[in-house]
Amino acid sequence: MTVQGIILSPDLDDDRTWRIGDYVKRGGYDALKKIIADKMPADQIIGEVKKSALRGRGGAGFPTGLKWSFMPRAFPGAKYLACNSDEGEPGTFKDRDILRYNPHTVIEGMIIAGYAMGCERGYNYIHGEIFEVYERFEEALQEARDAGLLGKNILGSDFSFELYAHHGYGAYICGEETALLESIEGKKGQPRFKPPFPASFGLYGKPTTINNTETFASIPFIIREGGDAFLALGKPNNGGTKLFSVSGHVNRPGNFEIPLGTPFSTLLEMAGGVRGGRKLKAVIPGGSSAPVLPGSVMMDCTMDYDSISKAGSMLGSGAVIVMDESTCMVKALERLSYFYFEESCGQCTPCREGTGWLYRVVHRIENGLGRPDDLDLLNSVTTNIMGRTICALGDAASMPVQSFVKHFGEEFAFHIEHKKCLVPKDVQHEGSKIYVA
Amino acid sequence: MLSPESLKKIDREIAKYPPDQKQSASMSALRIAQEERGWLANETIEFVAEYLGMPAIAVYEVASFYNMYDLAPVGAKKIVVCTNLPCALSGGVHAAEYIKKKLGIDFNETTADGLFTLKEGECMGACGDAPVLLVNNHQMCSWMTEEKIDQLLADLKK
Ligand SMILES: Cc1cc2nc3c(=O)[nH]c(=O)nc-3n(C[C@H](O)[C@H](O)[C@H](O)COP(=O)(O)O)c2cc1C
Ligand code: SF4
Ligand code: FES
Repeated sequence: MTVQGIILSPDLDDDRTWRIGDYVKRGGYDALKKIIADKMPADQIIGEVKKSALRGRGGAGFPTGLKWSFMPRAFPGAKYLACNSDEGEPGTFKDRDILRYNPHTVIEGMIIAGYAMGCERGYNYIHGEIFEVYERFEEALQEARDAGLLGKNILGSDFSFELYAHHGYGAYICGEETALLESIEGKKGQPRFKPPFPASFGLYGKPTTINNTETFASIPFIIREGGDAFLALGKPNNGGTKLFSVSGHVNRPGNFEIPLGTPFSTLLEMAGGVRGGRKLKAVIPGGSSAPVLPGSVMMDCTMDYDSISKAGSMLGSGAVIVMDESTCMVKALERLSYFYFEESCGQCTPCREGTGWLYRVVHRIENGLGRPDDLDLLNSVTTNIMGRTICALGDAASMPVQSFVKHFGEEFAFHIEHKKCLVPKDVQHEGSKIYVA
Repeated sequence: MLSPESLKKIDREIAKYPPDQKQSASMSALRIAQEERGWLANETIEFVAEYLGMPAIAVYEVASFYNMYDLAPVGAKKIVVCTNLPCALSGGVHAAEYIKKKLGIDFNETTADGLFTLKEGECMGACGDAPVLLVNNHQMCSWMTEEKIDQLLADLKK
């Protein structure tokens, strides 16, 4: 949080500034008050969001205004809103800080979204492991209710909206939007077949829109300052600022809110550069599910959806995992593959069996038991998973494997041939020691 | 079976959902039950099911799907260390090894005095604070150097 962003800024502290009084002093709830006072038409709100070029911050980067326009506003009966704070994508820790330091901006964003889409009720689904943040969010909700900003007849208007928090309890898959809905319904979090999409059949079978925490947190600024102002912060098609969670081999890991389009090299500098002056080896630019890129390729990228995608990866959730020359790429992939194997919900055979295969093959290569045709085997398993599953976890498990083998194939081949790591064990050990900035 | 305080907490959760969707409170009800009982025995799950008007098997499915529910007894203090890649790059595995050595147990084991259980965890959404660990699901501890681990274990023994 070293720069002045629109969502997080350095003057936010942990125990006071998250409260409603401070938020209002910062201009909080002005956007909502303006909407209510002007009786702003829903189309105008959605129009501003479209103009802002805000793209979903949860991973897929889908244009938010367009998503909102899919909701059948005139559909009689219940419609729901869900906020995805299940942040479990390895490398991502931005939503936690938004909820911790600025929870009311998410609440205000959700109320505005509820107004624009005609929803009567919303839920914020919060990752179980950050239970203290869940408790704070509950407190913030109560503050908003006490101030007449949530509940019946908000600010004396005829608009009513209820908002509650729901916690997860340890399942990465619940970040997938339909698994999240199943989980709010009190079931195990197994993704649903799509179509039907949530905009027609969502929570309790009713039209529902799901957005990420940071997406909602961007809304108050867009309404207060205008869609154009948000767009101008970033670059065309990539509006606004974005939070990047930088982890791994840097001197100052943390969240950095920067304009989309900022060079990666600037972000790396903000995070204190590569640890111990070592050489940058590889970067996963968008959370563990995004393809890895060699450090040299990353150094030529800017941090926005289009540039990262052109380089062959994805901006995803904005989790930047930095690996230096002390990293064994086989070992790194082994840990990620274990994660997907462990977190597959088991519904689809290609994912359930395939993630097990991927892990076991990478594991044996790392442990000196690799076979000459293992790299072909890995590639063939990934092609048998991709596009053949209910949700995107299958792809998410495959893309790291394909990209690690593509960019660091020699290191894998070395393991198979010499039955040991290319990077000496003591160098690895030294490079992954406990490090606290 | 559960204390009046726990039931009051569960009632508060039920009120978050539409009146005909009580089952939505199953996750928090199980969490509240586990906080009180330490882990989720079949009887506890059955009690929660009855309280929410759900088939016991449906609640059991929930309890067994999500990792933070314990379906077998655990030590008084359950420590879960994140060893996923981002944490591993900053000492997550070293921290876990250190705790194993100090407690004399491996992952998924409990110390002989029943005080500590150690588990390996997946990303907790706190990777910038590595090494991170969770105590009894809700207390997150960040930047766990060896000294801080020593201190934590000493505090937890009290
Ligand atoms: C396996 C998997 C895990 C996901 N995890 C998250 C998550 O933790 N947070 C999130 O916002 N979106 C996550 N998503 C994406 C959501 O399905 C959904 O696209 C997103 O919440 C939509 O919000 P947005 O349009 O504002 O980005 C995940 C998707 C998949 C397939
Ligand atoms: S792809 Fe994997 S995680 Fe997704 S629904 Fe199928 S089995 Fe479950
Ligand atoms: S990888 Fe350990 S908290 Fe994210």
